[in-house]
Amino acid sequence: MKLLDDGLVAVVKRDCPTCELVVPVLRSIDRSAPPLEVYVQDDPHYDEGLRNVVDDHELETSYLLDVETVPTLIRVRGGAEVSRIVGWNRDEWRNLTGIADLGDALPATRPGCGSKTRDPGMPARLKVRYGETGLGSRLIELPGDVDPEEACFDRGWTDGLPVVPPTQERVLDMLTGTARSPGEIVAVIPPNLVPCSVEKVAINAVMAGCKPEYMPVVLAVIETACRAEFGLHGVLATTNAVAPAVMINGPIARAIGMNAKGNVFGQGNRANATIGRTLQLVVRNVGGGRPGEIDRAVFGSPAKYTFCFAEDEEDQRWESYAVSLGYSPQQSTVTIFPGDGNTPVIDHTARTPEELCRSFAGCLRAVYNPGHVVQLQAFLAVGGEHQQVFYQAGWSKARVKEELLKLLLVPMSEVVPGRAGTDGLEEWQVAAKDGFVPKFATGPLNIIRAGGSAGKYSAIISGIGGNKTIRPVTGEIKL
Amino acid sequence: MNSVQILLDPTAETAAVSQPRIARVPSLEGRTVGLLDIAKPRADEFIDRLDELLRARGLAVKRYRKRAFMERAAPELKQKIRAECDVVIEALAD
Repeated sequence: MKLLDDGLVAVVKRDCPTCELVVPVLRSIDRSAPPLEVYVQDDPHYDEGLRNVVDDHELETSYLLDVETVPTLIRVRGGAEVSRIVGWNRDEWRNLTGIADLGDALPATRPGCGSKTRDPGMPARLKVRYGETGLGSRLIELPGDVDPEEACFDRGWTDGLPVVPPTQERVLDMLTGTARSPGEIVAVIPPNLVPCSVEKVAINAVMAGCKPEYMPVVLAVIETACRAEFGLHGVLATTNAVAPAVMINGPIARAIGMNAKGNVFGQGNRANATIGRTLQLVVRNVGGGRPGEIDRAVFGSPAKYTFCFAEDEEDQRWESYAVSLGYSPQQSTVTIFPGDGNTPVIDHTARTPEELCRSFAGCLRAVYNPGHVVQLQAFLAVGGEHQQVFYQAGWSKARVKEELLKLLLVPMSEVVPGRAGTDGLEEWQVAAKDGFVPKFATGPLNIIRAGGSAGKYSAIISGIGGNKTIRPVTGEIKL
Repeated sequence: MNSVQILLDPTAETAAVSQPRIARVPSLEGRTVGLLDIAKPRADEFIDRLDELLRARGLAVKRYRKRAFMERAAPELKQKIRAECDVVIEALAD
């Protein structure tokens, strides 16, 4: 960009009524206070009566001058800007130009319009073209005739579904969703224990299909999932089917339009789908965790594409999972826990909490194996109509849990030996052959609310872990 | 269409390092064998049997155990094994 040494620079677009309004004013300046350069963003034939009209439809000058509003009038001295005004304000324009009767026939003020440099998607495009992106990742050049989606498949960057190609423009847009700097390290990603920057998260978030507004959630998901207590390496490497399940609590879930209601664990909601998918893509691409390599799952699960949802907090009668941990309802949190997918619990006939708890307990008892009592945990998602049964009887969530734990005592004689077996149980429990042990002997049983309002269903999200390893972890989402 | 498209690399941008294996010992004769139980259920059954067999051959055996199988072995544990043993056998079981 080479501006004139001394004089005035105007940036306008024909599409702006205020820019049309000031045409006679610009002609006056051109006659009585030259030199004047007029940069036009959309139509180089803006006004044939002006002597120095410059076509700026590529927006290079507008971008480098950081023009936000048109018209912008800039006073330049010695090749550098000394002052600028935006929109039409008769007094300001007279001051800046030194022409006392400038714009006599015009109204006193008129606001300007948005500069084309601020059109949606444009700031990132212009930054890539004319500015410094500040990004540190390797640039991969593809010939113009190569399909970028196919190129992503070829490089092994996808989970088997197409990804959005991570162009610099898209990644810069994604980074507008966070105040954190691109180079900041978010977490150390297993299995290769690679420090992962905000920028790498943003690249994978683009690929997963996220919107920039999801970034605070995505960053908290990555950070929380990589905390030692969760054991992401184990969740990834195990022969079990388990995936890292992601649950969001608090106002941000509603702000970004997450689904906590009908089809809560299913397809169709962009935030649910893409936030969970980003975690998996980060593990794959940054951490190097791929099926058949470190990931030794026998079956795996569709949950390993993405498993992310919001807890239903609409009704205040039960406190949310996050509130039960001590967070306030105004805080937003992410909870990561091991989830195999979900197992439905169907009970259309129970009308009392006791009956319903018996159904829940029967299904929970069967998780993994009716005799399996260690190294497992579960989140029980109580559906809308089942919630009503408890509300009508005045049962709190704690009371439901207490009842379930009572019903979930497994006779020692039925505890299966072998995998898991009695490992993790106290010696006295094993010794007491006629005794009972809790089904969830080493891992937690949690109750949450989710799902549609019609239909008498609940769902069990089971998962490995418990004892010393693989625990649910919760972290706050900071905006 | 642009003549070139540019994507940002989503990976760690690191290449896997291929490290040569430590040279195998030609014979166990006179060596100390470390047996590492990674704390998976029933790993001890396998390790106990190996312990018996190795001792029956007159070898020195030392036992080690990780805190939890999902966790990486602590550097201190790895250093201890390296300092005290000539070879190590690690058992995975369920």
